[in-house]
Amino acid sequence: MNAFEKASALLIGNSQADRVVPPSGHTARLTLFTSAAMAFLTVFALALSLATGRLADRWSSELARTATVRISAPAGQLATQTAAALEVLSTTPGVTGARALGKDEERALLEPWFGPDLPLDALPIPQLIEVTEAESGLDLDGLRLRLQAEAPGAVLDDHTRWRRPLIKAADRLRLFGLIAVALIAAATAAMITLAATSALAANGQVIRVLRLVGARDAYIARAFVRRFTLRTLAGAATGTVFGAIAVALLPSASAEGGFLTGLGFQGGHWLWLLLIPVFAAIVAFSATRFVAFRTLRELT
Amino acid sequence: MFVIKLVEVSYGYGGTQLLSGVSLELSPGSFHFLIGPSGSGKTSFLKLCYLDLTATSGQVELFEQNASAMTRDDIARVRRRIGVVHQDCRFLDHLPVAENVALPLTTANRGSETENLEELLTWVGLTDRSAAYPQELSGGEKQRAALARAVIMSPEVVIADEPTGNVDWDMSLRLLSLLVELNKMGKTILVATHDMNLIRAAKAQVQARVLRISNGQLHLAGADL
Repeated sequence: MNAFEKASALLIGNSQADRVVPPSGHTARLTLFTSAAMAFLTVFALALSLATGRLADRWSSELARTATVRISAPAGQLATQTAAALEVLSTTPGVTGARALGKDEERALLEPWFGPDLPLDALPIPQLIEVTEAESGLDLDGLRLRLQAEAPGAVLDDHTRWRRPLIKAADRLRLFGLIAVALIAAATAAMITLAATSALAANGQVIRVLRLVGARDAYIARAFVRRFTLRTLAGAATGTVFGAIAVALLPSASAEGGFLTGLGFQGGHWLWLLLIPVFAAIVAFSATRFVAFRTLRELT
Repeated sequence: MFVIKLVEVSYGYGGTQLLSGVSLELSPGSFHFLIGPSGSGKTSFLKLCYLDLTATSGQVELFEQNASAMTRDDIARVRRRIGVVHQDCRFLDHLPVAENVALPLTTANRGSETENLEELLTWVGLTDRSAAYPQELSGGEKQRAALARAVIMSPEVVIADEPTGNVDWDMSLRLLSLLVELNKMGKTILVATHDMNLIRAAKAQVQARVLRISNGQLHLAGADL
């Protein structure tokens, strides 16, 4: 019998064999509730992990190929140095575009911090130039030297000092999400181990009778394994459905939205949810099988 | 050929030696009674015969297999060839009588082979009690149900531990007739009992031998009955 046939036999089962172990309402409810709760939490941990992954990718791609030239100069020289810097950028290999931001764009950038009525003209705000790099990249050190010579008030910011910690933070969050999934799986295994141990101990007399009439350990173990696996599958499926509904009801991502409103699943990522009940069932199967055979070996 | 063979078997627990150097050979189709005072080790002796206990020394062979070399699966397979009527019947309380009787078939993954179940329940007179639960049965009904369970796999050996201990004389005779009938079908029978009248009744029907346990020793006791 191959693994698929074994799994099918486990799921299809045998109604007579199922009845040899008495129904146990307490452990049944405990297993169902815990697996549902764990699956619900797994949905959110997975959503967090996938969202931070997307965030890291977005920040990485958006910031990697752009740079900013900031020009701080007395009001009389600002336009001249801006023109000089644009001239330098237009002749620099690896630069595909350079554009000085207008007053409205600068106001929009500052508005979240200073409000909509910022008197930009009265403030010594530096001129910003957005630089777009070619895929091949550019010689940043050479560009800095040329800017220093042609436009002394110009400072080149290649976003590295912003990008690295942001991406690192997003990667860490993704890792924490995956660790949370692993911890939930381990907690589920621990809970099922306890519940199965309790069920086996409570059914010591049943096990003894089954052995006396010629039942093999594999038969007895299968009765418990099947029961716990199916309960966990049912509980995890329920928890996953509720978790998916909760994630779907989160506010959608918008231009104004930041990290939190982007929490959720996109496109094919929803398919990951189908794996949660299956994975929970595999965890339950392994944990119960281990406990059952260990307990049966210890019972004389 | 012997279905059960004990060679110099000893067994004890808690510092008490129950059986010392006991030897026995049961041939196929034989009928033996086991007698002895309470606490003499009759139940322990029977348990050694169906491998529910392990001898502290000596050798137990079942169907020409050495018990000490058997795996747990081997023991399970051997137990399917030995039907046991336990003193306390040992039922699963959450299952009705019919399912308890069919339990050996179910655990052997032969749950569909229940064509003989109805006939067997009729044979032990429990047809109308098949849906009842063990706790709803009288002592005699439990013993008959236990006997039905013991023979449903058509075992080669039937071991019964005080099968008439909790029933009246009429029911004792009825159970005895079932055991005699099984013996006439070629089954090896080993019955532990206190009831000398039962043994005399059996001897009138079959060639039964009597074994006596006393002071940890096993003796053939047929002649002094």
